[in-house]
Amino acid sequence: MAVSHLQCKECRTAYPLEALYVCEQCFGPLEVVYDHDATRLDVGERRRRIQAGPQNIWRYADFLPLVGGPPGPSGRLGSRVGLPAGCTPLIRADRLAARLGLREVWVKNDAANPTHSFKDRVVSVAVTRARELGFETIACASTGNLANSVAAHGAALGMDSYVFIPADLEEQKILATGVYGTRLVGVRGSYDDVNRLCTQLCADREWAFVNINLRPYYAEGSKTLSYEIAEQLGWELPDRCIVPVASGSLFTKIAKGFEEWMELGLVEGPGRSTPRTPRMNGAQAEGCSPVARAFADGHEVCRPVKPDTIAKSLAIGNPADGPYALELARRTGGSVDAVSDEEIRAGIVLLAETTGIFTETAGGVTTAVLAKLAARGDIDPDERVVLVITGEGLKTLDAVRGTFETNTIDPTVESFEAVDGALGAASTPFGALR
Amino acid sequence: MTVVVKIPTQLRAAADGDAEAEVDGATVQEVLDGLFERYDELRARISDEDGSLRRFVNVYIAGEDIRFLDGLQTPVADGAELTILPAVAGGV
Repeated sequence: MAVSHLQCKECRTAYPLEALYVCEQCFGPLEVVYDHDATRLDVGERRRRIQAGPQNIWRYADFLPLVGGPPGPSGRLGSRVGLPAGCTPLIRADRLAARLGLREVWVKNDAANPTHSFKDRVVSVAVTRARELGFETIACASTGNLANSVAAHGAALGMDSYVFIPADLEEQKILATGVYGTRLVGVRGSYDDVNRLCTQLCADREWAFVNINLRPYYAEGSKTLSYEIAEQLGWELPDRCIVPVASGSLFTKIAKGFEEWMELGLVEGPGRSTPRTPRMNGAQAEGCSPVARAFADGHEVCRPVKPDTIAKSLAIGNPADGPYALELARRTGGSVDAVSDEEIRAGIVLLAETTGIFTETAGGVTTAVLAKLAARGDIDPDERVVLVITGEGLKTLDAVRGTFETNTIDPTVESFEAVDGALGAASTPFGALR
Repeated sequence: MTVVVKIPTQLRAAADGDAEAEVDGATVQEVLDGLFERYDELRARISDEDGSLRRFVNVYIAGEDIRFLDGLQTPVADGAELTILPAVAGGV
């Protein structure tokens, strides 16, 4: 395996591959470091190893922080152990592109994971590493999607789990967590309160908090999104990615995945051009936009906020990877933008009507930011754009309540014909996006 | 004012292994200065050269992030709890 050690992103102090997440010298975050030279593989061999792998994230095991390789007795069986994530569809969205005046838009639909969000990628990696390290209990602080995934992975692998959520979370996300038989704790407070509590609990318990003490491993799972996008585009990169931003971890790790493969020569640019890191556009809700605000103000760090938005899965007022997200957006010529709750609802409807994909509020944020960038003229019509959809609309049904009408009729032909002319003339709130 | 400072596990090696310390001070700044006087090694771990907090250090008074209050100038009540935590946890 190419995984080598942990290293502080700030002061570069090295640490062993254990359940550590903070640098003792400067409090900076720890990140996984690899030594791909050690495996002495050429581009063709690396690609063949990927293509011979299972149809899930373990095909990218060479680029993940697992010391023992893919889970299970062999690579082939790896796809049947636990709750395999990944290999979600990348869909060419021509009708969405046409609506926005663009030519090439792709939708990476990560709602097609086992618990219907991209969190299954990060949890699969964190839980597999937790087992390697000998943990028997997994836990998390969650805005909902992570709760679903940790509870389900605990059930699939027979591990005890504790899930901490804000008590006022969407009912769908609470139900879709408790059903797996986890120990579910609703905390009176915001996600940031939950996170602080869990950081304190983590210090004295022998639990693998996937997004706290296992965070360096957990975060690496997000890279599989970019590996898949590149592989699905025929070992080519997009010109631009639109990604939701809460803590900023997913946003930065998607770019890291692309850049790792660029360094190894595994990918080319669009149309076999010279590869460069795609422009990275972060998407936030106005009701919780500390990163977008810092971007607009030219700041290098984020001032925390108290979230108030329907996009609860993005409602992190104190974004841990904010400084890195800002640096990435600026370095790649991207941006971090924010949209209103009305635009988020319109974004959900726009994606649903043009692609058949029903996303949760976070995907509404991402779609609305794409529309905003297109309307602002930030995107060259010839660019290849990937829209990263991270979660499922059935988890946030309240967001689309009232966006259309159901016509109730008597069971007669006459009754149907009386309303037929008015059907489908829904009051789609596209105005909000323009 | 005497404040109870909760020291995170990652910093205990630089604080004689202590998990908490009672420190006097009227503001967060004064409490931290008192803490650094007792454990000199802590100063460089959580403060920049200019005396401000490093960007991955979060400080809470009674559970509230001091950035929502008056930052380092936030006044502290007698018997309050000051918690120092790393900022690297979190979601998406």
